[in-house]
Amino acid sequence: MKMVIAIIQPSKLDDVKDELYKADINLMTVSEVLGHGRQKGVTEIYRGAREMGNLLRKVRIEIAVNDNFVEPAVRAIIKGAKTGETGDGKIFIMPLENTIRIRTEERGAIAIG
Amino acid sequence: MNSGDTAWVLVSTALVMLMTPGLAFFYGGMVRRKNVLSILMQCFFVLCLVSVLWVVYGYSLAFAPGTGFWGGMQWSMLNGVGLEPYNDYSATIPHQAFMIFQAMFAVITPALILGAFAERMKFSSFVVFMALWLTLVYAPICHWVWGMGGFLRNMGALDFAGGTVVHINAGIAALVTALMIGPRKNVPKHVPSPHNLPFVALGTALLWFGWFGFNAGSSLAANGLAVNAFVVTNTAAAAAGLSWAAIEWFRNGKPTLFGICSGAVAGLVAITPAAGFVNVSGALAIGLLVSVFCYIAAAIIKPKLGYDDALDAFGVHCVGGIWGALATGLFATKLVNAAGNDGLFYGNPAQFIVQLKAVAVTLIYSTVVTVILFKAIDMVMGMRVETKDEDIGLDLTQHHERAYTMLE
Repeated sequence: MKMVIAIIQPSKLDDVKDELYKADINLMTVSEVLGHGRQKGVTEIYRGAREMGNLLRKVRIEIAVNDNFVEPAVRAIIKGAKTGETGDGKIFIMPLENTIRIRTEERGAIAIG
Repeated sequence: MNSGDTAWVLVSTALVMLMTPGLAFFYGGMVRRKNVLSILMQCFFVLCLVSVLWVVYGYSLAFAPGTGFWGGMQWSMLNGVGLEPYNDYSATIPHQAFMIFQAMFAVITPALILGAFAERMKFSSFVVFMALWLTLVYAPICHWVWGMGGFLRNMGALDFAGGTVVHINAGIAALVTALMIGPRKNVPKHVPSPHNLPFVALGTALLWFGWFGFNAGSSLAANGLAVNAFVVTNTAAAAAGLSWAAIEWFRNGKPTLFGICSGAVAGLVAITPAAGFVNVSGALAIGLLVSVFCYIAAAIIKPKLGYDDALDAFGVHCVGGIWGALATGLFATKLVNAAGNDGLFYGNPAQFIVQLKAVAVTLIYSTVVTVILFKAIDMVMGMRVETKDEDIGLDLTQHHERAYTMLE
């Protein structure tokens, strides 16, 4: 089991979700985050006070998958989120020790999907 | 000069002024978080811009005696527009009171359009478009309907508070701009949800409140006609709110806040031309039916055709305005206003034809000139923001501000 975490552009969320559904991956957790990558921030000015906001709004998607779904998930995220510009985001994959479905108390691979 | 009339018109002017910030919240709640300030900014900018243009030359162009097409420039800088009544427009209030009341109509009309091209227009181009549209579309049509010598006025078209001048005019310009600027990115595949419906409700409340000045103030006197306009305005808004909610209840199983607000605004739009000519049964019919037409336009036809009139400026204002103008030709009665006329249901079918003509002339003129203006500005400076800026949002890219912070 793996945990796939992707940080993407907010405007790409719909595209990524569409691609994930096509790859038969329907379970995910999405949150809004602020992030600082290589992309330049956007200037903000409040009554003349200039601020270089270098933290940009991003969307974080977390998907817990069985090993055979890791590659399809990664490909779907790339397909939905890639523009080729700086700021497209990153995907992190990490080992997942266990998954427990609270309702049934099932554990492991069966509890994931 | 009558002090009661003057007081009422001044209060009405202030009420109509409040409608533009009300519209800002009404529209602002419907867009995504990243664009809410752009809507508020566009509304406030139009309030400032048109207020200035109006006293410099706008009022003169619309209302000074001139040709049948538009007024003259002799009242520029309010030269000759003084504190004595000008009998041709209003015999009992200072001429400047009439002028400033009209200024607020000139402010809100162009602002109505911006719902159509919300979330994607470049701000600099927006400013140029608004100034030119006021001058070349609003001022002439205003003159035709309300100005001395205006040809629609002479033809006998009934428009109490601006169904053709304000709502049909802005509503059709909205459709034109929505079609010409193109849909927002990913629309209609993914239509973004409104980010703040409480703002929409707040905006609706402010519009409804301000509309009493818009319609009852258009009597230009504190008299029985103003009271009639006040009563039918409230009645039509309420009936239309109920009827929109009922449609949703029937079709989707649940009525929505967004729906009742949309219905109320549609009702206010539709009663606008009729407010000084119909009684309460006319108002009920106008209100109950307008939601049917506007619902069909906004919720059924728009998704089918796929154009992106983002906040339904066409679907509510043009469709509701046309219904209101035509309904005036059906339900108008001299029992309400001897200076008006009878409509079809009171034995005068000719009035309906006159109304139809006024609607057609407004639609055609506004469409043609709006197309030309849009095309010209687009060629010179570009109307639409870059895709990257549309993604980030207009608040940050056009104004360097954001409405909501995530961290302190």
